[in-house]
Amino acid sequence: MTISLVATEEERNGIKFKNLHNEQLVQGTTLVKRGFAHMQKHGVIMDVTTVEQAQIAEDAGAVAVMVLDKLPYDVRKAGGVARTASIKVIEEIMNEITIPLMAKCRIGHISEAKILEVIGVDMIDESEVLTPADEENHIWKWDYTTPFVNGAKNLGEALRRIEEGSSMIRTKGEPGTGNIAEAVRHIKQVNNDIRKLRSVYFDKDEQELIKFSRELKVSYSLIKETAKLSRLPVVNFAAGGISTPADAALVMNLGCDGVFVGSGIFKAEDPEQRAKSVVLATTYYDDPTIVMEAQKLVDEKKSLLGLDTKSLELRMQERGPMI
Amino acid sequence: MSNIKIGVLGIQGDIEENILSIAEALKNLNLQGTVESVRYSESIAELDGLILPGGESTVIGNLLSIQGNIFQTIKKKITEGMPVLGTCAGLIMLSKRTYDKVVGETKQKLFGVLDVVIERNAFGRQHESFEVDLDIPILGKELFRGIFIRSPIINNVGESVNILTKLNDKIVAVKQNNIIGTSFHPELSTDRRLHELFIKDSVEFSKN
Repeated sequence: MTISLVATEEERNGIKFKNLHNEQLVQGTTLVKRGFAHMQKHGVIMDVTTVEQAQIAEDAGAVAVMVLDKLPYDVRKAGGVARTASIKVIEEIMNEITIPLMAKCRIGHISEAKILEVIGVDMIDESEVLTPADEENHIWKWDYTTPFVNGAKNLGEALRRIEEGSSMIRTKGEPGTGNIAEAVRHIKQVNNDIRKLRSVYFDKDEQELIKFSRELKVSYSLIKETAKLSRLPVVNFAAGGISTPADAALVMNLGCDGVFVGSGIFKAEDPEQRAKSVVLATTYYDDPTIVMEAQKLVDEKKSLLGLDTKSLELRMQERGPMI
Repeated sequence: MSNIKIGVLGIQGDIEENILSIAEALKNLNLQGTVESVRYSESIAELDGLILPGGESTVIGNLLSIQGNIFQTIKKKITEGMPVLGTCAGLIMLSKRTYDKVVGETKQKLFGVLDVVIERNAFGRQHESFEVDLDIPILGKELFRGIFIRSPIINNVGESVNILTKLNDKIVAVKQNNIIGTSFHPELSTDRRLHELFIKDSVEFSKN
């Protein structure tokens, strides 16, 4: 269950050297970027759109907030083009809370990402919740000092994002639906893919192993590293459709390192209680008594009603570049 | 040789990284012992040493006060002399007072056992996070790679507090009897000397 923090460090634009009198500090290294994601482990990252929501999230024990213009549920309702959040809102929230702040940029939108880096958000989510800006390419994330998180539905997507410089992976799920089914599908897909990879690796069948590299369109070295670790080489969170404490406990039990909650909290009618209870269930996911206590704090009548993922007009998980 | 029992507070943060660091450090020292994640008052009562890992101090403090009497148990054990190592968020939890560089005074829950004042997020936001070589004399001549992630710094140290190292003029590691606190993350580097120092203290404590 170890995670490789010591990746081979090549010449990367995101690495910066800074002199502090006699000391030379190095910023934006793989270790510093992935290390940030490690500090989020076992925590809950909450989607927020206002200062008030960010304050509620912090008080409830969120490990970070993700700032958006609209919650995914409202993105669906509004239609049109979803873009990165207002700079003013991001700055306001930054000045009010002490926990890390993340924000989303459109897939492939290097300029929105640079803007977020300049403001100083702690992590950038290159997200399919927003309308993709480039249908062919993701961002080359090694060019940034700020770490990125990306979504994935399967092992191939996850490793391709890591190879582009992503420091953290989350499942795509189907955001804004209040329905956990797609997130569960993606977590199990990644787990099953890794299980296959692992058995080939420990059988020392290199010819079979390189076929994974060709099929998943990922370098052989990253395939081998993943097989050896028998898990994703970066921190892996669940996202997309988590609405209740029990949902959070479910995805943690499937082996995720933490959870993102989007519309599930602030689209419910009891956001304060719900936020607290999801945090509690995430930490004690394997203790059914405490998860029950957490679940008791929420009223099912106040949950986001949710959407059937089979009859959606917009499937966010399908958006963006195929490779 | 006795079997020492080390716990890593398993509420939130880089718990597994610390468990791994302790396992490696025990091996380096050729010591028998166990290390596990602890989240209940009963398991904390039996420990010879406790690590408060990196993570978010507000979250850890919050959950500690919700769930049973873990908070009181930990505080009592530290006061009785159980060695504790706090890295980053863990250091903040141990301090007697903490404020944030941008937001100012925070109302978070602290153990208040380490006689220092902490400035949170003192080096700035994540894109200002860094690696640097540190000179920590208590660990020997070889430099120690410090990984600083949205790190705090240590101010106003009390008389009983030993300064282990500074980065320029900023204090980033201290030891006050059984308590070690670092601004950086030794569990993210490959150097186990700080964890070994903490284990040696735990071995002494286990003899009492």
